[in-house]
Amino acid sequence: MKPRVGLFVTCLVDLMRPNVGFAALRLLDTCGVEVVVPENQTCCGQPAYNGGDMENARAVARDVIAAFEGFDHVVVPSGSCAGMIRVHYPKLFDADDAWRARAEALSAKTWELTQFLSVHLDLNQPLAKFRASVTYHDSCSGLRELGVKAQPRRLLAAVDGVTLRELEDTEECCGFGGLFSVKHPDISMSMADKKADRVEAAGTDVLAGGDLGCLANIAGRLKKRGSAVRVLHVAEILAGMGFEPAIGEGEDGA
Amino acid sequence: MNGPDTFHDNARAALADASLQARLARTLKDGFRKKRLKGMGRMPEYDALRDRARDIKADALDRLDALLVEFEANVVEAGGHVHWARDGAEARDIILTICKDAGAKTVTKGKSMITEEIGLNAHLSANGITPVETDLGEYIIQLRNEPPSHIVAPAFHLSKEQVAETFKACHDGLDADRDLSDPHALLVEARARLRATFLAADVGITGANILVAETGTALIVTNEGNGDLTQTLPPVHVAVASLEKIVPTLEDATTLLRLLPRTATGQDVTVYTTFFTGAKRGDDLDGPRDFHVVVLDHGRSELLGTEFRDILRCIRCGACINHCPIYAATGGHAYGWVYPGPMGSVLTPFFKGLEAAHPLPSACTGCGRCAEVCPVRIPVPDLLRRWRVRAFAAGMGGAAIRWGLGLWAFAARRPGLYRLATRVAARILKRMAGKPGALERLSAPQGETFFERYKRGER
Repeated sequence: MKPRVGLFVTCLVDLMRPNVGFAALRLLDTCGVEVVVPENQTCCGQPAYNGGDMENARAVARDVIAAFEGFDHVVVPSGSCAGMIRVHYPKLFDADDAWRARAEALSAKTWELTQFLSVHLDLNQPLAKFRASVTYHDSCSGLRELGVKAQPRRLLAAVDGVTLRELEDTEECCGFGGLFSVKHPDISMSMADKKADRVEAAGTDVLAGGDLGCLANIAGRLKKRGSAVRVLHVAEILAGMGFEPAIGEGEDGA
Repeated sequence: MNGPDTFHDNARAALADASLQARLARTLKDGFRKKRLKGMGRMPEYDALRDRARDIKADALDRLDALLVEFEANVVEAGGHVHWARDGAEARDIILTICKDAGAKTVTKGKSMITEEIGLNAHLSANGITPVETDLGEYIIQLRNEPPSHIVAPAFHLSKEQVAETFKACHDGLDADRDLSDPHALLVEARARLRATFLAADVGITGANILVAETGTALIVTNEGNGDLTQTLPPVHVAVASLEKIVPTLEDATTLLRLLPRTATGQDVTVYTTFFTGAKRGDDLDGPRDFHVVVLDHGRSELLGTEFRDILRCIRCGACINHCPIYAATGGHAYGWVYPGPMGSVLTPFFKGLEAAHPLPSACTGCGRCAEVCPVRIPVPDLLRRWRVRAFAAGMGGAAIRWGLGLWAFAARRPGLYRLATRVAARILKRMAGKPGALERLSAPQGETFFERYKRGER
């Protein structure tokens, strides 16, 4: 029997960039697994958790656990949402709370998309074609909570036509940080501008990443300065779906 | 100086300060970060050593009482005195009394964050005793009447031109047109000034990086030798340390010493590592006649019983500060108190109250770099989040954000309502995002939600 995979779309992909969700579906379909998108999913609860609202963080986490604990694997096209489930959900519940064991069980089978793909995708089969130079921004949660670093680069390198070029200070935070960008907009923007400087200095056609929050944040600053760099989620490139208007460009590509 | 309560305004001013921004970019990235990497690169056992250091500090915190009693006995055995201070006021009074008993007019000081914490200099000055900072960075900011902007490099926010201006304004009796454009000239001038002070000082006050229980030793690391001159030349030496600086053995101390300089400045060892044990003995050629250690609690024993206990492992290397992207944007003064950056944002709410300091724990993107570089593995982002939990429970942090979070959580727990709300939001955002107005910063969404399209059968 094929392993059953639940796709956690994430609230930002749902709202801002459905293309990433469909790209993730297409990629998972080629992994020889049965992919299901539970329709009662919304958000992983990071806004409440990082904002100090533990009651709501726990409530949302319980909903996610209930919706996804029946799958063999849970795959998330976002390092920070995957990290929330993997690293932080178990911390939400006291040791004697029955939810603690359920959170730990879900944690153990939750993967960021490129983590999962790098194990389950057959890289001997040609991936999509995408003729562009690409630089990759390491989003903090994926990098430090999950160890996502080599996987997206290995996958991108397998795409026909992609040339990878490293971004200076790629491990430096872009300044998004969810609520941080709302509470401290000036600092957030200055950090995003530094990141945008690096991206432009890299001189690639495309900036790729694994977290839509970070990508949209950087895309906003790049667009503001009229940069020609296109911003795409790594899943879109891997699935050959990187040709729609890039992140932050709107439907008309303006 | 602005306080932690005005962090937002402090940060905005710092972002607009081009000179500060240049200093931050250069010192943090090309200085501290690169040097730490180099220091680590020469040490394959670095990570194992971090585990060891964490365990040493955690174990010492578990039996702080016994270790401190052992420390006291060994200081007395070596001919020194130990004074226990519950808070800053007690510590200031103890030190003032020691200075008065010594008939002190001038006091030299080694670099010490703990005396910044208790505001010692102001207290001494107010009582007719002149404290002179002898660490070059501290000396400069003392002349400028500024607090340190970094716990290791207190004056790095200043350019050499600013330092030259300060010296010309403060060092009288010298040629006003002398050339101070070369950093070495600044050093020579400061050294000449300080030499006379070292010789004239009646009491020397230093901090301590580590206290060793089994020997009654207070230990400092410096690069300028000023700590040694502060300790050795005056007849009286006072070492001030907070109680979590204690470790059981010299072996433990040297384990920490393998990490502290490498993590702080990338050095294998600092230029000077000085062990103060007791006063001058009969046949010693130099050393103080009287040796005092002031062991300060100032909230530590209370902190020990809280969910912030782990911060007491901190050895003040500054690595979390050097790698924090928020600090890199704002510099240290924006934080409004003695300890800036991630470790400071954990400590300041405790000392200054959450009401005043709640903007600090929220000045964190959760990027995790501080925990990644911490030599004693303090889970700093978790500690900051715990302050945010307390702030949220106390109703701090702005009504709009709380109201928004509540609304969001209400919808997030009801998928049917949530689908409806996101469909509307996606359309509004598509029209307004990126256009002038409140949503200008937002990137435009595609326009329909994933679940709308998925429900229609798209795959």
